[in-house]
Amino acid sequence: MKKAINVALVGNPNAGKTSVFNLLTGMNQKVGNFPGVTMDKVSGTYLHQEALTNVLDLPGTYSIYPRSMDERVVFDFLSDENAHDYPDKIIAVADASNLERNLLLFSEIIDLGQPTILVLTMLDIANKQGINIDITALEKEFNTKVIPINGRNGEGLGELKDEILNETSQDYKPFYDTNTLSPEIIPVIRDKFNLKNDYVAYQYAQQTYSKSFLSNEEKQFIADAKVKYNFCDRQFQTTETVERYKIIRNKLRDVVTKTVETEVKTRTSQLDRILTHKIYGYLIFMAVLLVMFQAIFEWANPFMDWIDMGFAELSALANEYLPSGILTDLIAEGIIPGLGGVVIFIPQIALLFCFIAILEESGYMARVVFLTDKIMRKFGLNGKSIVPLISGVACAIPAIMATRNIESWKDRIITIFVTPFMSCSARLPVYAILISLVIPEQKVLGIFNLQGLTLMFLYLLGFFGAIFSALILQKILKVKERSYFIMELPLYRMPKWRNVWITIFSKSKTFVFEAGKIILAISIILWVLASYGPGDQFENAEALVAQTHPELSNDVEALDHAVASYRLENSYAGILGKSIEPMIRPLGYDWKIGIALITSFAAREVFVGTIATIYSVGADEENESTIKDKLRAEVNPITGGPMYTFALGLSLMIFYAFAMQCMSTLAVVYRETKSLKWPILQLIYMSGLAYVCALIAYQVFK
Amino acid sequence: MEKSAADLTPGQKGMVKDFTDEYISLKLLEMGVLPGTEILMKFAAPLGDPICVEVSGYALSLRVEEAKTIILS
Repeated sequence: MKKAINVALVGNPNAGKTSVFNLLTGMNQKVGNFPGVTMDKVSGTYLHQEALTNVLDLPGTYSIYPRSMDERVVFDFLSDENAHDYPDKIIAVADASNLERNLLLFSEIIDLGQPTILVLTMLDIANKQGINIDITALEKEFNTKVIPINGRNGEGLGELKDEILNETSQDYKPFYDTNTLSPEIIPVIRDKFNLKNDYVAYQYAQQTYSKSFLSNEEKQFIADAKVKYNFCDRQFQTTETVERYKIIRNKLRDVVTKTVETEVKTRTSQLDRILTHKIYGYLIFMAVLLVMFQAIFEWANPFMDWIDMGFAELSALANEYLPSGILTDLIAEGIIPGLGGVVIFIPQIALLFCFIAILEESGYMARVVFLTDKIMRKFGLNGKSIVPLISGVACAIPAIMATRNIESWKDRIITIFVTPFMSCSARLPVYAILISLVIPEQKVLGIFNLQGLTLMFLYLLGFFGAIFSALILQKILKVKERSYFIMELPLYRMPKWRNVWITIFSKSKTFVFEAGKIILAISIILWVLASYGPGDQFENAEALVAQTHPELSNDVEALDHAVASYRLENSYAGILGKSIEPMIRPLGYDWKIGIALITSFAAREVFVGTIATIYSVGADEENESTIKDKLRAEVNPITGGPMYTFALGLSLMIFYAFAMQCMSTLAVVYRETKSLKWPILQLIYMSGLAYVCALIAYQVFK
Repeated sequence: MEKSAADLTPGQKGMVKDFTDEYISLKLLEMGVLPGTEILMKFAAPLGDPICVEVSGYALSLRVEEAKTIILS
């Protein structure tokens, strides 16, 4: 086998880059991290003519001057010649129906000096629009190999793979010579960093601070040189961009011929007339959301039930067939349920990403962003914040990762901060059991189900929690950064199902491995805390219970339950629960709920399982009705009435709606903001708000 | 009073002359909004902001505030 080849894919957003990437690599994709930056690095491999090729998919960008987190990676990566995966070849993907603008990025890329192939996509759309492109003339004018690719059927793919292996080198000729802008500084930087190319040196001066691989002294060296040679970055960038466009327009004159305006654009205009209409626009958006939520919760349900049952079965099998001992207990009660807690969300995550991928592929998502920008702006957010907020209904983790294309730092931080307020799927089991416990099953106004209305109220509570927190944060955060909104509205087109399918697959995989690690670790810790306790009381639980409750000696099952709950009470988890009891008493909670609060800090859905254990319901028969019956029978030791009153239920639901009880989200926030400040603030703010609101609810309705 | 891209009504065209804001203009230039380019106002979002214009053969959305920085001749 020959040596592996590295290629990098660059291109404008919506240029069809992802389709080319998916065509090349299929399911052989993985997500890693760029060194030094918090960005996912999507890469994949394929074999062609016995040569292994690594393909790296870089974020979509309009130029190599970055504006968002996403784009910052592009130049950083393309200018570090010493990186181990520095590309041998670059593939620039350009949308043929919009060639002029797409070629700006291409012209910058070829000036970086690496062999570059130009891939043209959407030729079918261009032809329908009456645009004709002379490929041979294009190759000649731009001094590059041009390969047209059909993103739907993969036509041209073989030719691209051959060309990637082709080692005949092109003669390098700068497209635009930046020496006309700043002749002095380029040789200085070239010598200092031993660079092979003028444009790379010029870019070191333009983008000194976004480069993670330079040391502080090196950055200072460039900064000093910039002052010395009077380097005016913005002015130069303006001149450079205008000049590049001039050259591109000149060259394209003989390459592109236009005949007539046609139906593709007319169809988009007609659709826009309806989809961005004053009234229908919002109605359609609401309908889309409704269908999406319905799908996430209804369609995912049977799959989630199967997974739930499957893992319960697995737990039982482990208990049955493995030799009894601590290790088996850990596997059956800690690891398997922990894994189940991760896997159970796959159906919802997959469905959510299926919807989001379809909305994005079809071009509708850009319209949603366009429709909501003005409303979101009032709350310190941005049209682009709508995507994370919607995704947050399934899970905050992928939602927070989706904030990366928000250019403004302030808008992005606010979006990250408030997204966990959106009621994620992990809250659903908690809501479900509490609602069925304290809200009567009756109709309101003849048609609405009161339990359903309560659930909707809780979702709205989360949404308004997010919106108003954004408003507060907007007032507090003093940043002199411009927020702007300049975005392409792509043409409407049928989604490519291959892309949708690959998105579902790869996002679900990322979720399982990223969140899974943390949730698994927490479940093991919890199991240890709940299974061990200090001193004799825990060790001799059986003897002690038999002593205090001699009447149970005939009933083995009742005795076992009593021992289990006695054990829990005296375990480390139980001791923790009791220690926070004074704090949570005003909210109406006792130490048993306290344990559930502590354990579910890691992940909310743990609440139901913990409650089930606390009220001595055997873990292997996680039957909801039995949990419910036990909860219903629970007596409040102070009042003598039932423990789970309307006030307590409401207080708990509000607490779970607001409190930041998700270790994985905190970990992702830390990863995305690169600072402990934000997750800590988020934890304090959300939990504080949850406490106060739950307190008010309980005290008012008690 | 100079005319800006924000003054166009749907269906109206204008020619880009200059920009009043350096930071925004860099982004606009990259997106193909160049001096001498024709800009066609297509439609506004339901609340009047942002707006959608056609420029260099594609649909570009931007806020009214940003459209104000594009001076037309």
